[in-house]
Amino acid sequence: MSHDEKLDYMANQIGKFFAAQGEERAVPAIAEHLRKFWTPRMRATIVARLQSDAARLDPLPRRAVERLAAQGAAPDSATAAVP
Amino acid sequence: MALIKEIDYGTPASASSDVVTLTIDGQQVTVPAGTSIMHAAMQMGTQIPKLCATDSLNSFGSCRLCLVEIEGRPGTPASCTTPVAPGITVRTQTPRLAQLRRGVMELYISDHPLDCLTCAANGDCELQDMAGAVGLREVRYGYGGANHFAAAKDVSNPYFQFDPAKCIVCSRCVRACEEVQGTFALTIDGRGFASKVAAGAAEPFFESECVSCGACVQACPTATLIEKSVVATGQPEHSIVTTCAYCGVGCTFKAEMRGEEVVRMVPWKDGRANHGHSCVKGRFAWGYAMHRERILTPMVREKTTDPWRVTTWQEAIGRVADEFRRIQRQYGRDAIGGITSSRCTNEETYLVQKLVRAGFGNNNVDTCARVCHSPTGYGLNATFGTSAGTQDFDSIEDTDVVMIVGANPTDAHPVFGSRMKRRLRAGARLIVIDPRRIDLVRSPHVEAQYHLPLRPGSNVAVLNAMAHVIVTEGLVNEAFVRERCDLASFGAWAEFIAEPRNGPAEAEKASGVPAQTIIDAARLYATGGNAAIYYGLGVTEHSQGTTTVMAIANLAMATGNIGRRGVGVNPLRGQNNVQGSCDMGSFPHEFTGYRHVGDDAVRASFEAAWGRTLEQEPGLRIPNMLDEAVGGRFKGLYVQGEDILQSDPDTHHVAAGLAAMECVVVQDLFLNETANYAHVFLPGSTFLERDGTFTNAERRIQRIRRVMAPRAGMADWEVTIEIARAMGLAMDYRDPSEIMDEIARLTPTFAGVSFAKLDALGSVQWPCNETVPEGTPIMHTERFVRGAGQFMLTEYQPTDERSTRRFPLLLTTGRILSQYNVGAQTRRTNNVLWHEEDRLEIHPADAEARGVRSGDWVRLSSRAGETTLRAQVTDRVAPGVVYTTFHHPMTQANVVTTEFSDWATNCPEYKVTAVQVTPSNGPTEWQTRYEEQARQSRRILAEAAD
Repeated sequence: MSHDEKLDYMANQIGKFFAAQGEERAVPAIAEHLRKFWTPRMRATIVARLQSDAARLDPLPRRAVERLAAQGAAPDSATAAVP
Repeated sequence: MALIKEIDYGTPASASSDVVTLTIDGQQVTVPAGTSIMHAAMQMGTQIPKLCATDSLNSFGSCRLCLVEIEGRPGTPASCTTPVAPGITVRTQTPRLAQLRRGVMELYISDHPLDCLTCAANGDCELQDMAGAVGLREVRYGYGGANHFAAAKDVSNPYFQFDPAKCIVCSRCVRACEEVQGTFALTIDGRGFASKVAAGAAEPFFESECVSCGACVQACPTATLIEKSVVATGQPEHSIVTTCAYCGVGCTFKAEMRGEEVVRMVPWKDGRANHGHSCVKGRFAWGYAMHRERILTPMVREKTTDPWRVTTWQEAIGRVADEFRRIQRQYGRDAIGGITSSRCTNEETYLVQKLVRAGFGNNNVDTCARVCHSPTGYGLNATFGTSAGTQDFDSIEDTDVVMIVGANPTDAHPVFGSRMKRRLRAGARLIVIDPRRIDLVRSPHVEAQYHLPLRPGSNVAVLNAMAHVIVTEGLVNEAFVRERCDLASFGAWAEFIAEPRNGPAEAEKASGVPAQTIIDAARLYATGGNAAIYYGLGVTEHSQGTTTVMAIANLAMATGNIGRRGVGVNPLRGQNNVQGSCDMGSFPHEFTGYRHVGDDAVRASFEAAWGRTLEQEPGLRIPNMLDEAVGGRFKGLYVQGEDILQSDPDTHHVAAGLAAMECVVVQDLFLNETANYAHVFLPGSTFLERDGTFTNAERRIQRIRRVMAPRAGMADWEVTIEIARAMGLAMDYRDPSEIMDEIARLTPTFAGVSFAKLDALGSVQWPCNETVPEGTPIMHTERFVRGAGQFMLTEYQPTDERSTRRFPLLLTTGRILSQYNVGAQTRRTNNVLWHEEDRLEIHPADAEARGVRSGDWVRLSSRAGETTLRAQVTDRVAPGVVYTTFHHPMTQANVVTTEFSDWATNCPEYKVTAVQVTPSNGPTEWQTRYEEQARQSRRILAEAAD
C-alpha cells in the first residue's frame, strides 16, 4: 500500500468500528477520532483524497472526512518555526 | 550499607481476624488465631531453633529442632505445626528441649561434611547457625559411619549447583518448588537413609522440568543448593533493594553486593508484587550488565555504511543537537521525533517526551507500547475512563474464576503465573482463551475447565458470543449495571449483543470453538463467583485489538465483576515499565496522566512549567514516523532503549524508514539491530546503574536504585538532559527524585508520589494524591473514573489478513520463559542454554503434509517476507496455526509480519499473519544479506577518542 492508500485503509478501519453506532453518531465519532489521533498532515492528506480518490473511502469515513474539510483544514505545523 | 536480613517467622502469617493471647517464656503475646507457636514466638523476638521451617512455606514438622513444652500438655510438640491456643503457656528453652535439640543436631552433623571454612555458604548457613544455637559441642557417633559425602554434585544448571553431600533432606526445596513456584519438579526419592532430593525423574536439574526460578536455592538452609555466583565470588557484604528490569510483574530484589560487584539477586520478601519469589530472568539473568559486548563509549559515523568511530560524550551530544537542528531548518520542525522505552524509568521517559515536546517543538514522541498495549489505553479509557489494570496482584487470592485471554502468564509473567497457579490449586476455576495450549491449560495440579482454542483473529467473535449468552440467559448483574453504568449505552449494547449474529453458533464458524464450549465458559464466568480477566498481547496485537479490550470491559461490567477484590480487568504488561511509559506522556497525543495535548488548560500547565509554547496537535506514531520517513518528510529520530528494527512489524518497511533518515540516534546497552541504521550511538546504562522508578502492571510505582556507577559514565536520564541542553532547553535536575517531583506537580494521578514516600512505603499504586495518599490498590470501587461505565458496541470484523491457497496457515507469535522481548539482554546470559534459537511450532498434521519433522529447517513465508528457522512439531498449536517467538535477530520473525494494525491505535497485528511453511536447506537470501550487513555495520575503528 502507498502512504495515501494506507491512510484510506486506516480511515475505513475506523469507520467499520463506529458503523455499529449508526450513521448519526458514527460520522462525528470518526471525525473526532481523526482529529484527536492523526497529525495535521495526515488529516490534510485524507481531506485531499476527497478530491483525488474519494471512492477509496467507505461512505461513513468519507462523510467524516467531509466534515473535517468543512470545519477547516488542519493547521500544518510542519512549517512552524523551530524553537 | 549493610546486608539486609529479613526476619524469618518460620511459618506463614495467619490471616484470621480473631486473636489469641498466650504466654511464651513468661511473656504474654497476642496473635491472630491459627498462628503457629513458632511464628508467635518470633513476633516477640524469640527465635526457636528450626531447619525445615521457613515462612514462605507451610509448616512441615520434619526436622524436630523446634520442639517446645506446653504446660499441661504431654510431650514436646513441634512449634511450627502447633497453632497457638488461648491461655496456653509455652517454654522454648528448657534442659529437656536443649538435650533433645542437641541430639537431633548430632545426627544431622554426623552425616555432614565439616568443611565450613571452605564452604560457599560459610556465614549464610542455617545448619551452622543451629549448631551454634543449640550449643552442639561434640558428635558422639563420630563421622565414620554410613554417609552421603561421596554423592556427586549436579552442576548442570548454569546458575546454581546441587551438592547432595550437604543435603539434610529438610524438603524445603521440594516444598518451594510445589508451593511457591508450582512446578513440582522436585521430589524426595527413596526412603529412610536413602532419601535424596531428585529433580524430575532423577535427572540432572538442567534436563528436568525445573524452570530455574531459584525458589529452591533460596529455601535451602545449607550449601546444598547454592548460586554459582556465590561459589565463585563469596558471600555478599551489603544489599540494596531494587526492582527487576524484565517483565511487567515488577519483582523487587535485594541486589546483594561485594563493593560494586553483584553477587546475587535475592527476591525481596516485602516486595508487594512478588512477595519474595522470582523467575529465571530476574534472579539469574543479570550478567548482560557485565557482558563484553556492552558499548561503553559514544560513537559516531557519517554514513551507516561507515565503521563506527569512538568519540567523547561532548562530540556525540553536539552531533545530535547540530544534526537535529539542521534537519529541522532544512525539512521543517516536524521532521524529527523520539521514541521512549518501556525498559527505561518513568523519569527517563518523562524527560524524552519533554525533550520532544519542548525541545523539538512537536509531539512526535511515541513508545514501544504502541506495539503492545496501546489498545488497552484506548479501550479501557473509553469504557472505564482510564488506561490501567483495575486490580493489585494480591486480588487473585479472592478470585473464584480466572479467565485468561491471549496471555501466557507462566512464560511471560512467571511470578504472577505461579501466584495464579497457587490460587487455582486452591480451587479457583480457569477459562483459557488462546489459540495455543499454554501450560496453564494443563500442568501439575492445574487444569482449565474450558480451553477455547480459537482461530487467530476471532477474539471479538468469541467474547461477543460469551456476552450474548450472558444477556440472553439473564445472567447480567442488573443491580450493578443500574447503579454503576451508563444505562443508555447498556441498553444499546444489550440489544446489539443479543442479535443472533453475535451468538455462539456464529462465533463457532468464525473461531472454530464449539458453541457449547463458549456457552459453558460464559456461564462459568458470569455465575462462578468472583471472576477476574487477565489478558495479554493475544488481545491487543490484532486489527481489532481495541475492540477486544472493550469487549472484555463490557463482560466485566455486565456481570458486575469490577470494583472489588477478586474481580477486574487486568492487562498483563509485557515489559517492566509499559504502564509507566504510557503514564508518562509517551504517546504523541497526550501528556502525562493521559491528558490530550489539545486540552488548553492541561497544555497551559506544561507550558508554564517548561517555559515553552507547546504544540496542540497530535504528533506521529511510530508507524507514521516510518511512513513519513519513506515519504522523505521525516529525517531524524532519537531512540532510547528500543530496538524497533527487531521488534516492530514488517522489518523491510522499518529498515526502509530508518535508511531514509539522515540522523538516527540510538541509546542502548548494545549495538542492537536498529543501530545498524544509526549515525550516533549513545551508550545506555542498565537498571543496576541508575536511580528512578518503574510502574508495574498493577500501577505500582517502585524504586530502582543504583548499585554501581554507570559503566559508560552517564545514566540514561543524564544523557537526555545533555541533549536537551545542547538544543537550548534547560533541564536542571540534580537527581531523578527532582524529575518525579515535577511529574507529581503536573500530573493529578501522581500528585502524592515522591521518592521519599516510596522509600518509606516501599511502593504506591496510582492514583496517589491528597484523597488517596497511600495509593489505590483497586480502581473503580465506588464509581468509574469516567463516572458511569460505558458499554461499547463491539462489532466483529474479520481481519483482512486471511489464509489463502498461497499462504494457508496462520502464524501467531509469543514469548518463552527464558527469553525477554528482542533478547538483547537474555541472549547475553546463560538463558540461551534453554532457548538458543526461535523455533516454529507446527501441528503434526500440517508438518506431515509438508514432510517436516522436528528439528528440520523450514522456510516461513508471507506476503511481507520470508525467513528460515527450525520446526518443532507439536499439538500445542491447532491444525492450520503455527507459532514462533521473536527473541533472535537472525530469525527476525517480523520479516514475515505485515503492516496491518489495530484500527484505533495502529498496534500491529502480530498475532495473525497468513504464511506458508516449506522445507528449507538453509537461510534465506535476506538472512544471509542481513547478517553480512549487520557485521559490517558493527565495525568499530580501532583508534580511541582523545
